[in-house]
Amino acid sequence: MGRFLAHRLAAIVPTLFLVSVLIFGLQQLLPGDPALAIAGEDRDESVVQHLREKFHLNDPIPVRYGYWIRDVLHGNLGESVRIQKPVTELILEKLPVTIELATLAMFFALVIGITAGIVSAVFKGTPFDYLANVVALWGLSTPNFWLGILLILLFSVQLGWLPASGYVSPFEDLKANLASMVMPAFVLGNAFAAVLMRHTRSAMLQVLSADYVRTARAKGLEERVVVLRHALRNALVPVITLGALEFGALLSGAVLTEQVFSIPGFGKLIVDAVFNRDYLVVQGVVLFTATVYVTLNLLADLAYFLVNPRMRG
Amino acid sequence: MRFARIAALALAATLPVAAQTLRVGLGEDPDVLDPSMARTFVGRIVFASLCDKLVDLDENMKIVPMLATSWEWSADGKALTMKLRPNVLFHDGEKLDAAAVKYSIERHKTIAGSNRKGELAPVTSVDVIDPLTVRFNLSGPFAPLIAVLTDRAGMIVSPKAAQALGEKFNTKPVCAGPFKFVERVAQDRIVVERFPQYWNKGAIHFDKVVYLPIVDATVRLANLKSGQLDFIERMAPSDVPAMKGDRRFRITQAVELGYQGITINISGNEHSQKNPLGKDARVREAFELSLDRDAIVQVAQDGEGLVGNQWVSPKNPWYAKSLPPPKRDVARAKALLKEAGVTNPSFTLMAGTTSDAQRVAQVVQAMAKDAGFDVKIQATEFATALKLADQGQFEAFVLAWSGRPDPDTNLYQFIFCKQPQNNAGYCNPQVDALLTQERVTNDAAARAKLFEQIAAQVHKDRPIIYLFHRHWISAYTAKLSGLKPVPDALVRLQDLKFN
Repeated sequence: MGRFLAHRLAAIVPTLFLVSVLIFGLQQLLPGDPALAIAGEDRDESVVQHLREKFHLNDPIPVRYGYWIRDVLHGNLGESVRIQKPVTELILEKLPVTIELATLAMFFALVIGITAGIVSAVFKGTPFDYLANVVALWGLSTPNFWLGILLILLFSVQLGWLPASGYVSPFEDLKANLASMVMPAFVLGNAFAAVLMRHTRSAMLQVLSADYVRTARAKGLEERVVVLRHALRNALVPVITLGALEFGALLSGAVLTEQVFSIPGFGKLIVDAVFNRDYLVVQGVVLFTATVYVTLNLLADLAYFLVNPRMRG
Repeated sequence: MRFARIAALALAATLPVAAQTLRVGLGEDPDVLDPSMARTFVGRIVFASLCDKLVDLDENMKIVPMLATSWEWSADGKALTMKLRPNVLFHDGEKLDAAAVKYSIERHKTIAGSNRKGELAPVTSVDVIDPLTVRFNLSGPFAPLIAVLTDRAGMIVSPKAAQALGEKFNTKPVCAGPFKFVERVAQDRIVVERFPQYWNKGAIHFDKVVYLPIVDATVRLANLKSGQLDFIERMAPSDVPAMKGDRRFRITQAVELGYQGITINISGNEHSQKNPLGKDARVREAFELSLDRDAIVQVAQDGEGLVGNQWVSPKNPWYAKSLPPPKRDVARAKALLKEAGVTNPSFTLMAGTTSDAQRVAQVVQAMAKDAGFDVKIQATEFATALKLADQGQFEAFVLAWSGRPDPDTNLYQFIFCKQPQNNAGYCNPQVDALLTQERVTNDAAARAKLFEQIAAQVHKDRPIIYLFHRHWISAYTAKLSGLKPVPDALVRLQDLKFN
């Protein structure tokens, strides 16, 4: 166990090193002079010089990387150039918002996707099936920002039921929080619901033609019990795996949705930072995300190790 | 029933008046809330609630008293003496006096990374004459100074708070405006609340103002329509017709202080030599004559703009009326090209990737073609475009300048020989002499005459072809009254209230 852990941990160091070099390097490839871009319309010469010195822009790239990584190793991801706030603080402020959004989106996706999948598999070839397929295709091919704006026009402007955009913390007002999250979560979950529906449908179809389902029916069980208790359980295994994998994608997919609904989350943080050339924020956020992925991978490996005795060698 | 009504009325009478909050939708999240460092337009909208300035602009672009009640230039134009308003307090309870003004101006001039350094460069020192009188000493006469003080350079910060917070002043800005800072959540909201000891508190009718950055113009408008916002800035021109018909809302359109135009590289470097436009003023004239400015405004701005041909709009008091925009004349353009001996002139027009800049470039391309120009559009991301422009690596460039109250600050750094933003590479000793003279002249009529002479020469040389001035369109609920349409498009909270 100890050796396995040490081995895995040792592998993390070069991985993160490479990631940091990559992030830093790609950032340098962005065209234009960041100092000029940040200095604003006036481009005052003294401001440009100050920014170049402050962010070591006059030094060669490897030296700049050295400065950055030294700070990172000291737990300091730097400070936003635009609003002069520590990047770590920004990340901790925005991350919970995006996690909430992705969780609610996943909830919508699971409820809609799995229900539609079951219905279309059970009623294969009927108008229900076609309808579910059309809806799924629509969900897959609808751009997030377009759907978002349409929903805002309907539910906020026309009907006045939901706030058009913005975010309220659940600790401040839970009801207002859910009201502000329901449209963005639906929009974000929408495309994924369609994917889930397609997967549930094909898994269900496969399972429904399996021998044990036929046996269950032959035993005289009610169709409802056969479908929900016997077939669905097995059909859900690949669907749940997919759901878990897609959760990460939902987190990163929140970028557009957050922009449309003005939700101050992780996605909006990075998009705004890229446009404003707030490059310490971009580097910090990407490095943080990479570290989270690597850590989660390590935890998954550990879980396999603990669950599967054959891996223990 | 009657009893219930009386009871309700009695209850209403005993309750305090409900706290009134104004919710303002901004087009982007402002940058640092420190008047010395700030550089964005949206930041200035927030400062209008937090930080009063020495002087302000009114609807007619006249400079009016704010923290300073009167001012006077010395005979040689090298000193500006200002009388300060008595009994003004900062949000932290400190007194605003001449020492605080001296401190703020020195802070603007010295703090690392200050964006005010350039604007205040001619100010060499500030003297405290008495607690309510300050004198700005200048290296030489500098007429634009008073207009500069209508913006962030004229904002006075509390010396005590600024010293205590240092570089972190932006986390809790303390000024002498009608509202004091409460909180800021990046990309989400900025909240300010009424400052009870404000010197002009009778003009303030809101208890709280919340600024919400919403980048998408459609979503910003949807928020206004659904009643979640009371005011939005920068509405999309395409939404104007629909909103004009809606009686629940009002629209104001202020002509911007800046301009939209095309800078032409005439520096004589290889990029200017490579194309006919950079080499021959007649070709530039032909190019200008091929353009229909009205059509450009229609296509690029849905008609929401004002045709112009100078660095200030025709509505600005500094506009030289004797030099109106030329009409489109394709035949004359062709004749000029023939005279210059140029056949099939071709050049590259660099334009930002925003839809506004691209639309201008495309309509210019189509119009110039009628006169025989082959315009190639080079869509360039803005940081790259700035760099290429600064290095003179372009032939022509669609540019926008957001504008300042004084005409000099729309012109000098773009036209005077070797100024950092003189991307055209324009150097005309005659224009430089006129610019130098205009800066040292405090007499408005004499200055206007000098600007007219500059315009006449710049129209001949055409380092920049000025095209039009955008409308800043704001929309707000019809419940709101007292909004002053000042051309700088800031939301002044004085006298603003719900009916």
